[in-house]
Amino acid sequence: MENTKTELPKNWSLETLEDGRMVLNMGPSHPAMHGIVRVLLTVDGERVTDADVEIGYLHRGFEKTCENVTYNQCVPYTDRLNYVSPFINNVGFALAVEKLMGVQAPARAQYIRVIMSEISRMTDHLTCIGANAMELSAFTVYFYLINAREALYRLGDSAAGGRITPAYTRVGGLTRDLPPDFKRDAAEAFKLVRKNLADSGKLLTRNRIFYDRLHNTGHISKEDAVSLSFTGPALRSTGVPFDVRKATPYLVYDRFDFDIPVGSNGDNYDRYLVRMEELLQSMRIVEQALAQLPDGPINHPDFNVILPPKEEVYGNIEALMAHFKLTFEGVKPPKGEVYQAVEGGNGEVGFYIVSDGTGKPWRLRVRPPCFALTGGLPRMIKGGYIADIVATFGQINMIGGELER
Amino acid sequence: MTTYLLEALKSKFPAAVLETSAFRGDETAVVKKEVLKEAAAFLKDELGFDFLMDLTAADYLPREPRFELVCHFYSTKHNYRLRLKCPVGADDARVDSLTPLWAGANWFEREVYDMFGIKFEGHPDLRRILMYDGFEGHPLRKDYPLKKRQPRITHRD
Repeated sequence: MENTKTELPKNWSLETLEDGRMVLNMGPSHPAMHGIVRVLLTVDGERVTDADVEIGYLHRGFEKTCENVTYNQCVPYTDRLNYVSPFINNVGFALAVEKLMGVQAPARAQYIRVIMSEISRMTDHLTCIGANAMELSAFTVYFYLINAREALYRLGDSAAGGRITPAYTRVGGLTRDLPPDFKRDAAEAFKLVRKNLADSGKLLTRNRIFYDRLHNTGHISKEDAVSLSFTGPALRSTGVPFDVRKATPYLVYDRFDFDIPVGSNGDNYDRYLVRMEELLQSMRIVEQALAQLPDGPINHPDFNVILPPKEEVYGNIEALMAHFKLTFEGVKPPKGEVYQAVEGGNGEVGFYIVSDGTGKPWRLRVRPPCFALTGGLPRMIKGGYIADIVATFGQINMIGGELER
Repeated sequence: MTTYLLEALKSKFPAAVLETSAFRGDETAVVKKEVLKEAAAFLKDELGFDFLMDLTAADYLPREPRFELVCHFYSTKHNYRLRLKCPVGADDARVDSLTPLWAGANWFEREVYDMFGIKFEGHPDLRRILMYDGFEGHPLRKDYPLKKRQPRITHRD
């Protein structure tokens, strides 16, 4: 199905098993496999009877690299984990190191981190639904949602100076404060997002074709989802109301009023609905956070944690020394190990850091949510049609960067 | 806080729990690797830890035992996280697989095998996951050089 050569080799044939089933290769160069995943299918007619998912095409050695650089130098690498929701990775990493050091960023920084995380969650969901709809031939929706995503990317860009690689957080704070017009820009962007989302919802939610492609496909039971370590929308679509933001609130999430949508069927359609609702909930959180946003510093006051401002560095010797030490040796958390989880677009993003007391992490492990999801893919596609794989694979929203790090 | 769960684990396996500790609110139990599967099953069935959130390892070269297998469990019932670790020596880097208990352990264990070379007994399909067949060594081991290059593999059909 992926062979586009006009002339086939002479001995070419599809491998056929003794019982008449056929082995079929889907990916890694397949438009619906998002570039880098290969699924070896055993099919009986059009039904998938067995599947083996092969990954590893985008492994870049993130964890090994991070063991050899200082903590703050890891931040730009975290952008490249889930590159459609980079702020969440930045925030998760910063929180993990701060937990290790026993410090907390000031209130304003915490609010800004929530705002940026939620904007990232929205870009994540918009990409997922948009790409999913496009693969199921609803191309208009893709442009509506990607336009909305672009507005949010610009919003993130205006604050962090980068659309998809912002590297916005530092241990103990942020690289910079929000721009002065941020509230107004956010309101404008949300207006566009709400409009495009409503239009897309009308085009998709009760659309016969879209519904039939998603409803009852990629089904997974509650027990299987838990056993496979599913988190995020894929878990919530089965009816388990687990969300890290509610279960073990971090930052200031306990100060906002928002709902956790859950599904009941555990199929692709429920995952789609959960994501659509979460988009609205994220906007609710951002609006509340912007309304409550306190004034004050965005960085931890201690210069052993965060770089002093430039005026200080040029003006007094202590700040100059702190600058020098932090740049060359990095922040030095005490010996110990922590696990910090945050709710990413696809589920729980966990950072497990072991410190040996030096400026570099001894071990840095990322628990990528879509690793578990992709591991559970065979369970979700077995018994279905080949065409359903496209819908299911789209809805688990596999992101290569975080899957293989 | 919810330390009674840790106490329950300790009283169930008095000889095998080597150490319990809490650092920054993360509670940890270190068990002997022989009882890892039993302890995990006890956590799952008796104490209500339904999620195996993460399974990974760390290399503490030159310390002996060299590796540490690290599992993070989460219980929706208690809304509680627990870290279970077990030391693994380099000469006998084998641990019982948790795949019979959690299907999700399958890929996590494959990654640990790939990156650290720890073998899991009873794993249904233990092979490399991120690196390719024919890759020599295990990249996340501390004695694997950061900039080591490996020859290109020949084209596979």
